[in-house]
Amino acid sequence: MVTDVNQPTETSESAPKIRATDVSVFYGAKKAIDQVSIDIHTEHVTAFIGPSGCGKSTFLRTFNRMNDTIAAARMEGSIELDGEDIYQSGMDVVQLRARVGMVFQKPNPFPKTIYENIAYGPRIHGLAQSKGEIDTIVEKSLRRAGLWEEVKDRLEDSGTALSGGQQQRLCIARAIAVDPEVILMDEPCSALDPIATAKIEELIDELRGRYAIVIVTHSMQQAARVSQRTAFFYLGNLVEYGHTSDIFTNPREKRTQDYITGRYG
Amino acid sequence: MSSAIPLLLAIGLGLAGWLVARARAWRFKSTAAQGRLPSLPIYHAWYAGLWIGGPVLVFAAIWIAISGNLVLQHVLSGPAASALPAFGMRRDAILNEARNVASGFADRVLIPEAQGLVEPFREAAALYSWIGIAVALVLGLAGGLWAFTRLKPDFAARARVEGGVLFVLFLASLVAILTTFGIFVTLVFETVRFFGMVSPIDFLFGTHWGPDPMANAATTDGSRYGAIPLFWGTIFIGAIIAMIVAIPLGLMSAIYLTQYADPRARKWIKPALEILAGVPTVVYGYFAALTVAPAIRDMALAVGISNASSESALAAGMVMGIMIIPLVSSLADDSITAVPQAMRDGSLAMGATKNETIRRVLIPAALPGIVAGIMLAVSRAIGETMIVVMAAGASANLTANPFEAMTTVTFQIVAMLTGEASLEHPATLSAFALGFVLFIITLVLNIAALRVVKRFREAYD
Repeated sequence: MVTDVNQPTETSESAPKIRATDVSVFYGAKKAIDQVSIDIHTEHVTAFIGPSGCGKSTFLRTFNRMNDTIAAARMEGSIELDGEDIYQSGMDVVQLRARVGMVFQKPNPFPKTIYENIAYGPRIHGLAQSKGEIDTIVEKSLRRAGLWEEVKDRLEDSGTALSGGQQQRLCIARAIAVDPEVILMDEPCSALDPIATAKIEELIDELRGRYAIVIVTHSMQQAARVSQRTAFFYLGNLVEYGHTSDIFTNPREKRTQDYITGRYG
Repeated sequence: MSSAIPLLLAIGLGLAGWLVARARAWRFKSTAAQGRLPSLPIYHAWYAGLWIGGPVLVFAAIWIAISGNLVLQHVLSGPAASALPAFGMRRDAILNEARNVASGFADRVLIPEAQGLVEPFREAAALYSWIGIAVALVLGLAGGLWAFTRLKPDFAARARVEGGVLFVLFLASLVAILTTFGIFVTLVFETVRFFGMVSPIDFLFGTHWGPDPMANAATTDGSRYGAIPLFWGTIFIGAIIAMIVAIPLGLMSAIYLTQYADPRARKWIKPALEILAGVPTVVYGYFAALTVAPAIRDMALAVGISNASSESALAAGMVMGIMIIPLVSSLADDSITAVPQAMRDGSLAMGATKNETIRRVLIPAALPGIVAGIMLAVSRAIGETMIVVMAAGASANLTANPFEAMTTVTFQIVAMLTGEASLEHPATLSAFALGFVLFIITLVLNIAALRVVKRFREAYD
């Protein structure tokens, strides 16, 4: 079904961080994703765009096996993280999710203090032994998420008391506190106002240097602003994948062009 | 039964008014412009029906309550009543018999004095029956007249009927509130009488409970009314032993049902658990008394506890705990389910296991709801009567040994009210004071629980 998947030609690139091969996802009998293959590279932001219900979020959730939590979901094909199949038997999902962090559509801080929200991951993964080490991780993560100056005096306040944009940056800080290699973002700005969105986008750009970031977005402007590569999904198929500048200025597929010019979506 | 006639009249007149008003509204409709009315004919019908049926119904309810007494007063004021004894049981028996014969429940009198009163009773009953019917008819006609003068093609019957419905619903909720208030007033009244005979200090802080129903009521010994052993027994059985059983089991079954059970297992286990809540408490009572209590005693004797009794706080408390499991489990189930899925996903995506997610995120987030559930469970347990009556024993021991017999507030209420003492005796009145204290405790627990639940709801809306 995939008519033309354009892997960008890589010259100076090493092996891909994530390589998905012929991935299909089913919900019961319904096929949500149909044989998608894609390479995700580190130190890049990859955007998944496409109309609602095209399967981009479902596909994103295969990278950290979050679809495992949905009883009716089933997956075929293979996904490799640094060349290792993450769906092989004996794969430790806990370890996988420590390496592949996730930020959700709606900010979902735990109903705990700001400090405890950040300390949650390091504690369950045993990354820090002493209180001092956790303090260091909390501060570092909040600084990287650009939230430290705003919350440093009220780390003991509840995370749910922050504004929506701050909550989302808290969730990003929570994700980077366990030092992941990949960060998945499922429409991270869809519940935020334009100013909070701008801050998150700025943050994504800063984080790019360290992680492979995959972002699902409804906003084509956002994809154009923050990503280096863009994949266009339509009805469970990957229609086109390439450098963001190419996709937006010179799409190969008519369906891509129709979508980015707003003819449907 | 003649006092029921106004009730039938209320229904009959209301129905007649309903039908007539509807027919009238249909006629309006045929003459109205474009054949349309602001309100449907059915609303005109209900408007008339409510105005006729409502007042008559209220009158009928009052009449049923008071007409018996009116008849009695009428008879007593007549010449035939002058031969009656001034008061006492014989007087009541004679009056009862005369009334029964007059209304046809009995066919002949056994006490000769009653014979002379049968005819006056019959006359009075007939008189008041006619008065009731007349008042009902007048009220119905007045309501009907009022309603029918207002029925016009452009009458906003719909809005009026909406208002009427609101009023009826308000009355319905008022019944429950007034009942609670009435119970409270009765309790306070009798409690005050009791505290007139026994000092509240003796009652609330005394450690010896042994009311003597045969003692002279005039010289009440306050030191026999120390309720501390009862409060302790209530708390020990209902709030400590029962909760030690119910909280872990209820919580764990809620966690299993919400987080681990696959839908097929849940479909069977959840209703099965709810059946446990539907078992009558008296059945739990004999399960506790006949099965659990002897087993506990044998076990205690086997491990060398010599003073184990065949009625024990442990048996009552354990069975009570089992009875409470569904309550704890279903409230914990609700509050765990109410934690947003996003919270679980967030934790799982951090690499937490299911167990870590439950312990560190779901339970803390659901804690207010769980605590509220436990408070409701405690208030249910300390008010529970049947199990302790059958299994906990009657002796007011102030002890922390769960193998000994203990008694509770509810048990003593039953014992005092069903005892031989008269209703004026402090031993009987102590039941009201105990009930009052119990009422206050459960009220406070319930209010606290509801407040916690409310705050919890606000957190996720």
